[in-house]
Amino acid sequence: MQTRLRMVLPDQELLKLYEQMFLSREFEESCAEQYAKGHITGFLHLYSGQEAVAVGATAGLHKDDYILSAYREHAQAIVRGADPKRVMAELFGKATGICKGKGGSMHLFDPSLNFMGGYAIVGGQFPISVGLAFAAQYRGEERIAACFFGDGAVNQGTFHESLNWAQLWHLPVLFVCENNFYGIGTEVHRSSALASIHKRTCGYDIPSEKVDGMDVIAVYKAVKYATEKVRESGHPYFIEATTYRFRGHSMADPAKYRSAAEHEVWKARDPLPNYARQLLDESIATREQLDAIETRCRATVEAAVKFAEESPWPEDSTVWEDIYV
Amino acid sequence: MSEMTYRDALNLALKEEMRHDPSVFVLGEDVALYEGSFKVTRGLLAEFGEERVRDTPISENTIIGVSVGAAMGGLRPVAELMTVNFALLAMDQIVNHMAKIRSMFGGQTFLPMTIRMPGGGGSQLGAQHSQSLETYFMHCPGMHVLYPATPADAKGLLKSAIRDNNPVVFLEHELLYNSKGEVPEDPEFLVPIGKARVARSGDQVTVVGYGRMTILALQAAEELAGEGVSCEVVDLRSLAPLDTETIVASVKKSGRVVVVEECWRTCGLGAEIASRIYDACFDLLQAPVKRVSGLDVPMPYSRKIEKTCIPQAETIRQAVKDVMSGRY
Repeated sequence: MQTRLRMVLPDQELLKLYEQMFLSREFEESCAEQYAKGHITGFLHLYSGQEAVAVGATAGLHKDDYILSAYREHAQAIVRGADPKRVMAELFGKATGICKGKGGSMHLFDPSLNFMGGYAIVGGQFPISVGLAFAAQYRGEERIAACFFGDGAVNQGTFHESLNWAQLWHLPVLFVCENNFYGIGTEVHRSSALASIHKRTCGYDIPSEKVDGMDVIAVYKAVKYATEKVRESGHPYFIEATTYRFRGHSMADPAKYRSAAEHEVWKARDPLPNYARQLLDESIATREQLDAIETRCRATVEAAVKFAEESPWPEDSTVWEDIYV
Repeated sequence: MSEMTYRDALNLALKEEMRHDPSVFVLGEDVALYEGSFKVTRGLLAEFGEERVRDTPISENTIIGVSVGAAMGGLRPVAELMTVNFALLAMDQIVNHMAKIRSMFGGQTFLPMTIRMPGGGGSQLGAQHSQSLETYFMHCPGMHVLYPATPADAKGLLKSAIRDNNPVVFLEHELLYNSKGEVPEDPEFLVPIGKARVARSGDQVTVVGYGRMTILALQAAEELAGEGVSCEVVDLRSLAPLDTETIVASVKKSGRVVVVEECWRTCGLGAEIASRIYDACFDLLQAPVKRVSGLDVPMPYSRKIEKTCIPQAETIRQAVKDVMSGRY
């Protein structure tokens, strides 16, 4: 079933995907630790388990394509190139954070990377993605707006309004549904009349496909194909990536609504060890090379935590700043 | 200067700004082919074409969300919500997104966008189409709220709104579209945001109004002048930011105030203005601040009882006389 990796990407690129997934996992697990210590407060939604989606999809996009996401977006920001130090500092609420401590975990943003935000109202990013795609088209730019969202977002009005609009105006939007099967504690078949999410786009005549979101190469290939279609046709495209979060919805959620058996099935499909095995099997990397990557990622995350800890709090006077131009 | 209607002044502002800046585009329900429900966008499609004058689906929340994204992507959207009542369907994008994006993303972006919303009561359109929701928007930081009373201000304020780099909610009163006034032809004529206008000078009572309430206040002031009462009428024009300075300067002169608001009385903007006046010059007041407000009821249809619910020139005149005679 699996594609031979060298047929897809050069070795260096393949290793980079592993590094990005490992860094994302390390970052998230470190966040959990910092949350337990009280250094990170507020809501914290971790991405562990879903790494193949952000990493595979980002690799399939051009650097000037826009990325928008929901509130489980640390990995998307970091994989796009956001400095882990500044992301961690944002989570700590420090002045050196990527949004100066005003955003927090759910509102990362870096326009220099075309990372156009984490949004915490479910479905809020749909119309904004459509608007960015329209701006790109209006200005004669070749960009796509890639809009990431969860399975819980597909029953919001903005989902349907935005799919209709993107197709009606022929806009270059790539919709990527990260279907982890649960909107907080509500399983997808208990919230969606048609639980096979990619089929819902037929009402808007938008082509769609379903992909294994635990397989970074499958996601990469699907997104690459989709973006080519979008660029060629100027029309939207829709991908449903099935995946699983290894943790609860947020740190406040012990995830008791999922069985241990179900969890084990998905744990066995963990994208990190599986992809590592593939890299080794196909002699793309040695165990020592992977160890070196892992050590490097751990050091990056440790440095991020240290940076966040040592950074200053924002001054009180900053509450009045950056509201109006 | 030339005489034109409030509607034509808005239309001219749109045309001038679209000529002035190619990143300005107009979107909304029935704004292009149909030329707008109130015909404010008449002639835009013919002059600027389909790319810049866009009919949209009936999806208010997405009209605003698309405008937010387009503004973030370097354009200057001017969205029309057919009426202010439909803005309630878009409050998520207006309040949770548009008003917060600059701040919550640490000032790394800005949203140069304008949302035009016709509204107000008095046309027997029933409870769902007659609302005055200005305070809903004033309450939320992160955007400006403008409400012109005259054709000249309609033109100058809309041009300023479109050029401004902040999100602007631009309210228009449906009963003012046919009102006429002198409007400067200068394409660089701009009315500053955040500045109230003394629409009539006087020294015994300050009457504060905005939108159609300013017009009614001026009518009342004219009648009162005949009765020997001198009113100063302050037309707010900009509800957020609110020009407290101009209000207070007038109150310091007169010592008496009537605030006229078309919106519901509870938590109405008159309460906010009264509070600011008390903070600034309580000891100079010769009477408590008097409020003339819309009644706290869903608007009835029948023209006889609808009138009861909306401030009238006569109610304002009576309120001024009460303040003058010590009847609070």
